[in-house]
Amino acid sequence: MKAMKNLNRQRPKIRRARSVVNFVWIVGWVFGLSGVLSWDVSIATAQQPKLDQRLIDVQERRIAAIAKATRSSISIFGPESRGGGSGVIISSDGYALTNYHVVESNGAFMNCSLPDGNLYRAVIVGIDPTGDVALIKLLGREDFPAAGMVDSDAVMPGDACFAIGNPFLLATNFQPSVSWGIVSGTHRYQYPAGTLLEYADCIQTDAAINPGNSGGPLFNENGDLIGVNGRGSFEKRGRVNVGVGYAISINQINYFLDHLKSGRLVDHATLGATVASNEDGAVRVDEILESSDAWRQGLRYGDEIVAFGGRAVATVNQFKNVLGIFPKGFRVPLIFRREGDQTEIVVRLTGVHATSQLAEIIEGKPLEHSMPQPKPTPEPPGDSGEPRDASSVEAQEPVKNPFAHMFVNRPGFTNYYFNALNRDRIWQEFCDRCGDWSSAGERWRISGTDENGTEVLILLGDEKSGVRIGGDSWALDPEVDFSAQLFPPRSNGLLVALHYWRKMLVAGPARYGDVIYFGSLPGERPGMLNTLIGTTGVIETWFLFAPDTSMLETVEMYPEINSTPCRFTLLDYRKANDLLVPGAIEYQDIDGQDHKISIEGIEFLPDTESPIERVE
Amino acid sequence: MNRSCLRLAMALGIWIIGSVCGAKSEAQIMRFRSAITETLPKIVKIVGSGGSRGLEAYQSGVLISAEGHVLTTWSYVLDSGVITLTTGEGFKHEATLVGFDPKLDIAILKIDVADAPHFSIDNISTTEAGDRVLAFSNLYNVATGNEPVSIQQGFVSAVSNLSAIRGTWQSPYQGTAYFLDAMTNNPGATGGALTDRNGSLIGLIGKEMRDSRTGAWLNFGVPIGELKSSIRAIIDGQQQSSLSERDTNPRPSEPMSLELMGAWLVPEIVKRTPPYVDRVAAGSAAAKAGMVVDDLIIEVDGVMTPSSADVTQRLKGIDRDAAVPITVQRGNQFVELTVKLN
Repeated sequence: MKAMKNLNRQRPKIRRARSVVNFVWIVGWVFGLSGVLSWDVSIATAQQPKLDQRLIDVQERRIAAIAKATRSSISIFGPESRGGGSGVIISSDGYALTNYHVVESNGAFMNCSLPDGNLYRAVIVGIDPTGDVALIKLLGREDFPAAGMVDSDAVMPGDACFAIGNPFLLATNFQPSVSWGIVSGTHRYQYPAGTLLEYADCIQTDAAINPGNSGGPLFNENGDLIGVNGRGSFEKRGRVNVGVGYAISINQINYFLDHLKSGRLVDHATLGATVASNEDGAVRVDEILESSDAWRQGLRYGDEIVAFGGRAVATVNQFKNVLGIFPKGFRVPLIFRREGDQTEIVVRLTGVHATSQLAEIIEGKPLEHSMPQPKPTPEPPGDSGEPRDASSVEAQEPVKNPFAHMFVNRPGFTNYYFNALNRDRIWQEFCDRCGDWSSAGERWRISGTDENGTEVLILLGDEKSGVRIGGDSWALDPEVDFSAQLFPPRSNGLLVALHYWRKMLVAGPARYGDVIYFGSLPGERPGMLNTLIGTTGVIETWFLFAPDTSMLETVEMYPEINSTPCRFTLLDYRKANDLLVPGAIEYQDIDGQDHKISIEGIEFLPDTESPIERVE
Repeated sequence: MNRSCLRLAMALGIWIIGSVCGAKSEAQIMRFRSAITETLPKIVKIVGSGGSRGLEAYQSGVLISAEGHVLTTWSYVLDSGVITLTTGEGFKHEATLVGFDPKLDIAILKIDVADAPHFSIDNISTTEAGDRVLAFSNLYNVATGNEPVSIQQGFVSAVSNLSAIRGTWQSPYQGTAYFLDAMTNNPGATGGALTDRNGSLIGLIGKEMRDSRTGAWLNFGVPIGELKSSIRAIIDGQQQSSLSERDTNPRPSEPMSLELMGAWLVPEIVKRTPPYVDRVAAGSAAAKAGMVVDDLIIEVDGVMTPSSADVTQRLKGIDRDAAVPITVQRGNQFVELTVKLN
């Protein structure tokens, strides 16, 4: 009897195994007929065709890639059955990508289904309306299946690829649809609607992209993530697939990812100059703002753009493709040619919009170029006696949202909760590494020598700070606007920058004033730096932390909006009591001259005596 | 049950061998990639007239000779005085119209180059239902500037005659076509290339075609084999784009004209305005011959007349007492008329 039971229990397993084998057989056979590789298929019997080994191989790998990719693909359902779309999980703690136009009408919380049959609550984290990207976070698990990302610049036209998603909201059983195709083109530029939904440097595919696929992943043939689908060419064909879909490249999204995690309204960048192609085919500056960083770095009207962001530029589209993949605040190399001479500069990109402007625009009307939100199957209106769906029941008896605290509304932010979370994490990691600076004294006395061996004395305090280099000394007058006290001369405000550096170390983000997490930006050496921005009046001070060491690496002080910052780098950290203190400070003056102050000692003094008197 | 186990074991074995053979498929991917990189430079983007009322001012073409002959679809885009062409290598050229064949719906353009990468029409492949094909075209004008055109993949669903569905699909071409399961025949795609997986040319992507009753779009290509002799004839100068070079007969003192026949064409709005009949006077010679409004005049007395100017020019060479054979296109049919003044 017991043996019988066991046998019975085993039977379904065998049946499943058999059906898997049959599936491989049938799919492989169909594939063989379609002549993908060759006609070199010998048929043993009508029932059991003997397949070319390569066919089985290709098909097995395809099955494995789809199985791997499907795990991380999610379907998004708006509240009260309004619209929806697709998405893809990119980290095990539940961060997932989708399109801005999928989440724009969903509010702070939405429901996401996984192919494992579970429905999870998700909260909005950050949006990039210009790039049509949104970051959401699935809640309730720490071991979500995440897609692996690969370099999307390695994608070539003709490469096999596939889209997974929720076209026409078919995934009511939580099982997404798969559409296979090839890469039709790379580095495509698709114009924005106004200033939003610009698809720069995107991947074009003939894999079917339909309404509801928006926000879903595009995978390469190995099942690795290369893009996020969100747009198609339709024109007169109506809003269904015509074999021309576009995916935002995963490389672009990677540049934006930390910015999205900051919970801000993320903006794209402008050079402060526009370009046009000439009769001779060269791409030249045809307008430039004198207030732009590009102007300050020496770019002028008529200069020929040779390369931008490390890529050769031969057409306006190539220029726009580079500009479109970077968030505001990035420093990007640019090579231009004037009268035969080539010059390389590094330009800081500013935002396309003012933050308030971006907020205003996204309050506006529905967006033209986006994939339409698919209509859910119409429900019978009103009290027709039909059973209600789950969401309308929920609407009647609202369940308390256990994650409600994870959404904090604040102007300029998508979800301020994630900004504070990341700001405090970065600061905490720095303090864990460098020690607690909060009790590091009222007054700091930093002594050292500059690159010429001249003695340097820096005194930094809550109210007053001063510096003496050789025989010259300068002090900050707290009664006067710091923007007008950029000492020492030609340093662009090194003393002000050091003053705010001390203020941040002693006060921390909580007591500094207004401090936000901005995202990560490229530093001097390869790799990205986590950036906190503290604002005092018109002065913004940017604090850049290396994520690998958690150390504060660079400080940039902007005396005015869109001005050239005083940028100094902290080097050679060493142990002093319970703190790690910098061994040297490097900065560049406005003439481009490099300076280095080697620090011999830092004293933390409780003395209340004014530092200026001490210097003088 | 034993058989199932055996099959499972075999599948497992195959899977293991499959993973070992990974390197082999890498080579296949590389071969496929090189087929694409070799094909892309042979596809050109064509810009001409159009650009309003849903008529795109662009289409695609394929280079078929080292000297710069381009095979494309005969369409209103080529009516422009200036036809601009961007090669697959990203160079811009002004193209001249060498000739065309309205019955096959093809035209040959020429650009001034040497050693252009091209398909040889002497060495073409054919395909059959179930074969995998690639489509190269500038559909939707996605590839602007010097960007390479778009690639799509699909399978040949059927090889059949377009005339089999005559009356439903409007096409002057009635011969064999490759019908595809992919959405290839989009705006601007016409004149693009259909190739096999190895990048050998097998067909020319046809015009957009929509079922007048169901609204369904048809995707197809015309086999190059069907076009080959006409392509030759055009390149060899047996079919001319314009009468002026060919019409060397002495002018009759009292020539024929459309007005005498009682027919008027649409106003000349572009350099090569297609000769559509705008008005036919009741009881006139044209009306008696069966000419109706919206007929497109294809040939006058055995000579092709692609533009209104060509029709006028051609009639000037014919005596007004002669019976003039005229071929018109009416919908998707060609109609032979003979116009004789009383």
